[in-house]
Parts: sequence; structure tokens; C-alpha cells
Amino acid sequence: MSIIDSAAGLSLLPKPFADWFAAKGWQPRAHQMELLARATAGESLLLIAPTGAGKTLAGFLPALTDLTRRGRVPPGSAFTGIHTLYISPLKALAVDIERNLMKPVTEMGLPITVETRTGDTPQAKRQRQRLNPPDILLTTPEQLALLIANGEAPRFFKDLKYVVFDELHSLVTSKRGHLLSLGLARLRRLAPGLATIGLSATVAEPMELRRWLVGQAPGVESHAGLVTAPGGAKPIVTILKSAERVPWSGHSAKYAMPEVYAAIREHRTSLLFVNTRSQAEILFQELWNINEDTLPIALHHGSLDVGQRRKVEQAMAENRLRAVVATSTLDLGIDWGDVDLVIHVGAPKGASRLAQRIGRANHRMDEPSRAILVPANRFEVMECQAALDANYLGAQDTPPVGEGTLDVLAQHVLGTACAAPFDEDALFAEVTSAAPYADLPREKFGRIVQFVATGGYALKTYERYARIRRTAEGLWRVSNPQVAQQYRLNLGTIVEMPMLNVRMVRRGAKGTVGRGGASLGKVEEYFLEMLSPGDTFLFSGKVLRFEGIRENECLVSQAFSLDPKVPAYAGGKFPLSTYLADQVRGMLDDPQRWGQLPEQVRDWLALQRDVSALPRRDELLIETFPRGSRHYMVAYPFEGRLAHQTLGMLLTRRLERAGRRPLGFVATDYSLAVWALDDLGHAFTIERPSLRDLFDEDMLGDDLEAWLDESFMLKRTFRNCAVIAGLIEQRHPGQEKTGRQVTVSADLIYDVLRSHEPDHILLEATRADAAAGLLDIQRLGDMLARIRGHIAHRRLDRISPLAVPVMLEIGRETVAGEAQDFLLAEAAEDLIAEAMGEAGR
Amino acid sequence: MHRLALASMEIEDFGAVCARTVVAGVEAVCDPLGALYLPETRLLVVSDLHLEKGAAFARRGMMLPPYDTLATLKVLEAVIARHDPAIVVSLGDNFHDRVGSAHLPEVFRAKIADLARGREWIWINGNHDPDGTVGLPGRSADELHHAGLTFRHEPSLLSPLGEIAGHLHPAATVVRREKAVRRPCFATDGRRLLMPAFGIMTGGLDLRHRAMTGLFEKQSLVAHMLGRDRIYSVRFANLRG
Repeated sequence: MSIIDSAAGLSLLPKPFADWFAAKGWQPRAHQMELLARATAGESLLLIAPTGAGKTLAGFLPALTDLTRRGRVPPGSAFTGIHTLYISPLKALAVDIERNLMKPVTEMGLPITVETRTGDTPQAKRQRQRLNPPDILLTTPEQLALLIANGEAPRFFKDLKYVVFDELHSLVTSKRGHLLSLGLARLRRLAPGLATIGLSATVAEPMELRRWLVGQAPGVESHAGLVTAPGGAKPIVTILKSAERVPWSGHSAKYAMPEVYAAIREHRTSLLFVNTRSQAEILFQELWNINEDTLPIALHHGSLDVGQRRKVEQAMAENRLRAVVATSTLDLGIDWGDVDLVIHVGAPKGASRLAQRIGRANHRMDEPSRAILVPANRFEVMECQAALDANYLGAQDTPPVGEGTLDVLAQHVLGTACAAPFDEDALFAEVTSAAPYADLPREKFGRIVQFVATGGYALKTYERYARIRRTAEGLWRVSNPQVAQQYRLNLGTIVEMPMLNVRMVRRGAKGTVGRGGASLGKVEEYFLEMLSPGDTFLFSGKVLRFEGIRENECLVSQAFSLDPKVPAYAGGKFPLSTYLADQVRGMLDDPQRWGQLPEQVRDWLALQRDVSALPRRDELLIETFPRGSRHYMVAYPFEGRLAHQTLGMLLTRRLERAGRRPLGFVATDYSLAVWALDDLGHAFTIERPSLRDLFDEDMLGDDLEAWLDESFMLKRTFRNCAVIAGLIEQRHPGQEKTGRQVTVSADLIYDVLRSHEPDHILLEATRADAAAGLLDIQRLGDMLARIRGHIAHRRLDRISPLAVPVMLEIGRETVAGEAQDFLLAEAAEDLIAEAMGEAGR
Repeated sequence: MHRLALASMEIEDFGAVCARTVVAGVEAVCDPLGALYLPETRLLVVSDLHLEKGAAFARRGMMLPPYDTLATLKVLEAVIARHDPAIVVSLGDNFHDRVGSAHLPEVFRAKIADLARGREWIWINGNHDPDGTVGLPGRSADELHHAGLTFRHEPSLLSPLGEIAGHLHPAATVVRREKAVRRPCFATDGRRLLMPAFGIMTGGLDLRHRAMTGLFEKQSLVAHMLGRDRIYSVRFANLRG
């Protein structure tokens, strides 16, 4: 490591620090000293450093040294507010940091108080913190929002000197980040001299984060300074080269289990990452099936009971586990014992995510991390290879910060009124100083204020029920104290799907269900709706028998079925990143690069080239062929499953209109299959319709709009927006609403609002959100533009090798949305048939 | 919301989209707009209108859209125009809260007066609005006995035969190919019939919910489900394929 040896640098370190470093035999690192020097001079900074580079200490050094120079505040002095605020994306991380930070503070005997404040902090301690704040407060974005919505915020934050943001790259891309940026804008007003310090892993666009950290003024872009730590040792990443046959499709990677197990056996502690919770359940089950040495292997994902997760984390920290199967809940930087191997099962879907996960192994930056990628099918082999190339090239595909959302703004406006009456113009100036809201039009801001007051409807009937009102001086203030109480109960930007607690019960002799046992975690309500008592499913590493729903709990018992239904969790699937998709296309198009691929995959591609064609990088390959009594079209856009599903829906509508009698479609991350009664190959050849017309960009117009408005996706987005914006409460003082009640009404509210006031501000927010959240529509548009005039059609007399994976998905997936009434009709036909039978008797 | 779209559609053949049923020997027609029509006595039943639900929430600080009353009345207008009944029975929870009918904006009041003109109109009291309605045409009652049927808001456990009730907002879930579709429904076993909630912003309660226990003979229970443009009749045992 490079060492700063200039006298100027070291003179920044007060004596206790210099002694402490010396006693440990450590040298402050160059980036730590640079950050200290520049932050002490009052500069806001972004530190980009790999894991293990001493990021946390670097972030706190300016505060620790400054507080040491200041000394303890003598008793009886005037009220002193907090000196440094640390914001972390995770509660657990804040607690972890407190432990790590207290170590040097105690060892050096520094006159500094450090405390956490999270949702778990007892009321008495919060009260005390307000009266007698610590020097350094460690907290989360939600707690900051609560603090600034309090009338005492100006006093509490008046002495604030530093705000440290940990894992900034992951904080800023979400709505939490938007709320946080507004909170930061408020802090800047309360303590104009404060400096920000952002800590981040490597990102694609450091300029975005640097802009986020400082106040913006109209027409000028300002940026925080940048400090970069040198990268650590290059990770050693390999793709599992299995002796077994890699399957054509599927996501379980069952074929590789013996090899994965062998790798676990050869290492001290392994972290196994998968992309979805159901994959985690399956992988865990498969490993235990062959765990002959009964190695301690645990499971960790977001739906599991908190107590159970904490137990796993504890065991992990104490190095009592040999392996943990996890989803993204373990992506972020909590320190876990000695992980010496990361195994990624399934393709990583994004290069940045892979880099982050690989960083979880071996938290010392001087030693290389070790990782094994296990592709679950043949396309994933190529995707893994592409991600691996990207990791070496340092390519990044982190999502952009995005424009500040309006629902979050509405929440912030109400919070502002809860703290003190506000002037609309002054608040607008403050809000637009936050980078995500810098381009917010004044008119839109006014509409949001109206929305907060009375719902902002064109039909003005709620004036007398307004939540905030203008005073005689023209300031907005809350109408009554209940409004502030409601605000505090419902604050935050994380809206959960309606979930039911899963509780284990014992079955009585006559099939009666006994009293409650252990709680296993939560499962989405819509999944349970498909189950009948007696059905089995995999959860929390066990096969469970569904017994029924009682109150708000799903009752289950131990089952011994070998063929469980698998929980299908919403939102668990990451889309294939644009960057990786392009890399895979490039790889297919360039046989020179096939050398890296396993022989069986090479053979597969070569065969495809011989019998059909390989998709070119800037071309869309379409294959048509008959099979059974149907005619198939397979397209290879490589734009991710969600984009393909939308495309499939739009193509089916068009083929229907052209009279080609389409029957259905199915999508994977790489390709899309549509089948019909008519010969599609023939239809395209005689141009009825032509492929150029079929894939014309105008399909993203009315058809898409019509479909989107009806879609489940938009309703879910609306529900999120409505809850965050405060239109729908998740919790009401005195009575907690269950998730179920919120969903039902949100869909109905959406329908009523859409039919009567389609340009309402919340629908505008919903559409913007859906468009940004579903980058897929954008991707689809880009793809259709790119391939215009570059569609290659191959008419085949049978299925091609490349088409096999998507064809194998047929039957596993069915179309949602419009097919609903079809299912009803099917059920009703049963009755008609029965009735006819009765009549005939 | 398909009901609102359906209400504005021209339908030539009601018979094809409605479902016929018999309750305690009385012929009835389940309309996909959510109303029950008895042709013999020209009586139309709707239940759980929950008018002014948005305003009721606004009074408590949740600014739900103020359009639900208008939308519900539009559907009601369509179904009345379709059957031209002599008697309209609104089966309780006509308003979402006690003060709803007193605070009803004048324009909606006039609309209801239009709909009631030339017909008999009976407001059955519900648990949300037990005090009856204020300043609206028609009369209020707790129960109505007519043509061998009993109309009340909450189903009674004692006398199922010939009972038409609301209150529970019945909905049924069809499961096919690992997909679940849930829709409001008329639920009847031939002895009693539960009405779907008519209000546009009302939710539903599954037929398998505990609150439905003991109300029906499961063997003969049929859910007449409100589809996009017609009624789908599914036997209870067939809901899950």
C-alpha cells in the first residue's frame, strides 16, 4: 500500500491517532489522508474504494479528528447539536458500524459519544437523544426523515458539520435515495456549512454521485470532489466447467450440485448467491440432499423470519457455518467472518452486481477474492463468460440515479408542514437544490402541494377536509395534530406486497389443525391464493403442507412430499442488463470468442450456424417452423424476459389483427416464441404481414398504452405511489390495516381515478415511475429502432438448436392479464358440460 | 372497472350475458353489472352501493378520488335502463358512513331522483348506514318481504330459505393452470342468494372465508362470477381445477 509521508499529511492527525496507528503497526492509507485533508478544509467528497480498503475509517476520520480537537462539551454549556450524521442503507449496517467505530474510539480514549438511532431504538432513548444528542449519530434514511419532520430539527442539526453516506451507490438509485436527497437539502439549510462524504463502490457514473452530494443552483451544476482508492488484487473468477451435460433450459443448476458441493468442502466458508428466493430454496434443498458430511449449510433470504436470519448472521460471524445460500439480502457490506469462496449459481444478470457479490469473499483488499460462476443452462454459459470478461475489463452497469419521483416529494412536503409552517416558494428553492429534483418545474411542485392538501382533484369537494391549509400570512400548516401523527406512522418508501406470516402447526389425528408453533417467515398472498389445503410447497428450506389461512396467518405443517410446488415470489428476477445482453450478442456473432466456451456449447452454436443462422450483433434473427399442428416463430432480441413478454403481447395482438390466429407466446431472457394456427413463415414470405410491419416501432403507441393501463404492473406501481404519496395509509392511528385491504382498494382507486381524471398528478407519477422502473419498454424501443431494416428471416422445416431453450419453457409459463376471462370461461364450460349431462339424463 | 365500461356498451342480447337462477322457487336473472332482476315482479336488487366512500375517507384524512359516487350511479343508471324495473331495492350499506346521505352533493341527489321517478324505491338499512337516508326518494326499512322472498342486509343464520342478502361482498376465485382469477359473484345454493357489492370502490370477500361458514349447502352452491362482459357460472366444487 502506498503511504503518505508528507509532514503536512501527518500533521493532520492528532497525536492519539498517530500513536494508535503506530501501535497497531499500520500506516494511514493515501486515500484516507487525502480525504481527511480535503474534508477538513471544508470540501464535500466522494470516496470510491473497493471493499477492504478502510472506507469506513476514512469516512469517519475527519469527524473523529475534529471532535478530538474540540474536546468534550463541558457540562452546563449551551445546547450542542450533533456534529456528524452517518446514514446507512441497512439498520444492521448502522449497528455493525457502531461496533467497528467504538473500537478505535475506546482504544484511543477519545472524548466522543457515538450512538445509533433506528426503528428498533426504544422511545426513551430517542427522547434522550433529542435532549442530549451524541456527537456522532448513526442512522437510516427513514429516521432522518422523521428527525427533520420534528419541530426541534433546527436546534438538533444547527452544529452539524459532516454527513457521511455509506454504500452511496446503492442508496441513491431508489426512492429512498430521493427522500434522502430531500432530507440532505433540508440539512444544508439548517447547517449551511456542512460537508458531505459519500462512500461508494466502483460505479459507472461517478459524476452523478458527486452531483448528488452537493447543493444545486438553477443553471449551474456543482460536484463534490473525488478521492479514489487504488483497486485491490484482481479477483480470481472461474466458470464451472462441468463434466456433466449443461441443460438447454431451466434455472436450478441441478446438474452441477456434486461439483458445487465439492467446492464447498474444499473451502472454509462459501457464500452461494442466487437471483431469486425460490432458486435459493431449491439450491438449499438440493445441497442437503447430497450433504453426506452434514456440513453446516444455512439459508438466508428476505422472506425468512427475522429471528432466523439473525441466527444465521450470528453463526456466520462466528465462523460456525461452511456455506450460506443467499439472495441479494447479503449483497451489501456487513462484515461476515472469513468467507473464502463465492459461488454464483445462475447467471449474474449484471456485471456490477457480480463485482459486488464477488467482493463479499475475502474482505482484505491485498488478497484476491475467489469466485466460481455456475451457469444453469447453455445461454447462461455465454452470459457468465460475458460477465466475467466485463469484470476483468472493469465495465460497470449500475442503474442511473434517475429523476426525483413525485410521490416521494409529496411525502416530503407533508413532513415539512409537520415540522413547521412553510412558504411554498422557499420550499421549492430548497427542493430543487437536491440534485434529483433540480429540474422540477414550479408548476408541478404547486400541483404536489395541492395534492398534499386535498388530493389535488379537478373536482374540488374536499376543501373542508384539507390536511394542510394556508395561514393568513400565506404559509402552509397542518390542519390538526392527527395529520402529523398519520405522517409519522406511514413514513418511508418501502411498500411491501401483501404478505402473510407462515406459521408451523401440528396436525391432529383427525386432520384438525393445532395451535400455533414457530413462525417461519412471510410469503406473498397471491401465491397462497393458488393453493388448496393439502398442497405442498418449499419454504424456509422445508417442504410444507398448506393447511389454510387463519386471521392473517398461513398455517402449514411438516410434509413429506417429494414434489412440492415452489414459492413464486414477486420481483425476485433481475432483468438481464443491456450491457451483458450486448456482450452475449457480440459473442454469438464472433466465433473467435467461442474458444472460451465449453465444447458442448461450441458444438451447439456450430450446429445452429449450419442448420439455420446465428443472430448477428446488429440484426434480429427470426426463425419460423412448423411443429405438431402449430406454427412457431422464434425471435432472438436478447433484451431480457420482461421486455420480451411485453413484445410477445404486442406481437400477438398484431398477428391477431392480421388474421394469423396466434395462440400464445412464451419469453426467456434471450428469446421469444409465438405460436399460431396459421403458417407464420408463409405469411411473412407473402408479407401478410411483413416482418418489417410486424416489428414496426409504432407498436409502442396505442397498443402498448391500452395494455399498460390495464396491466397488473401499472396497478402495482400505482399502489406504491399512492402509499408513498400518502393517498393510502398503510397504517392508521389505532388500527393497523392489513396489506390485503390496501391492495383491494388501491386497484379500485386506480380504476376510478383513471376513468375520471386520467391526467391526475398521481397517475402522471405512476406512469413516469413505471417507465423508469420498467426500463424494458425503453429497451424495447431502442431495439425496434436498431433492427429496423435488419430483420433476418429463416424459414425452417423444423426446430433449430437455438430455439430449443425457449420451446422447453412452453407450458411452464402462461399469459397473464387478458387470459383471465379465458380461464373463467374454461371453468364455466365445466359447469355447462355438467348441466348438459344432467339434461340428457 | 370493466363494469363501468360494460355499462356504456350497447348489448343486444341480455340473455347471453346474464345467468338465470332460481331462489326458493323464484326465477331471477344475474346481470353482469352486479344487479339481480326478478322478471315476474319486475323487481331489481342492488346491494352495498357504498356511495360517498371517497368522501368518507377524506373526512378521515385520506383523500381518495371523489368520483366513486358518480361512477356507481352511472352503472346503476345503465342497469335500470336495461330492465326498467317497477321496484328497486337497495340492500343496505347504501352509503359508506352515517353522514354520507346528508352530505351528498346536490348533483348526485338529483341523479338519484331521476332514476327513482315512476318506480318504487326501497332503501334497506345496513350496518354502515343504520339510520336510513336523508332527503332521498323512496322509503327506508330494515327488511322487506315480497313475493315469497326476504330482503335484508345481513344474512341470517336462522332462516335461509328465500333470503336475498348482501353485506359480505362475496367473491370467488377460479384456479386454472396455476393462475388464480378472483371476481365478485352472486352466490346461491338455491335456498338463499348473496349479492355482490355494487359500489365501484368496494372490495370482495372470498367464498372460502370463515365469515361464509354455514351459509350455504356446499354441494349445490354456485358462484355466478362477474366477468369482463358476461356472467360465468361456476359450481363451488369446480372453482379449483
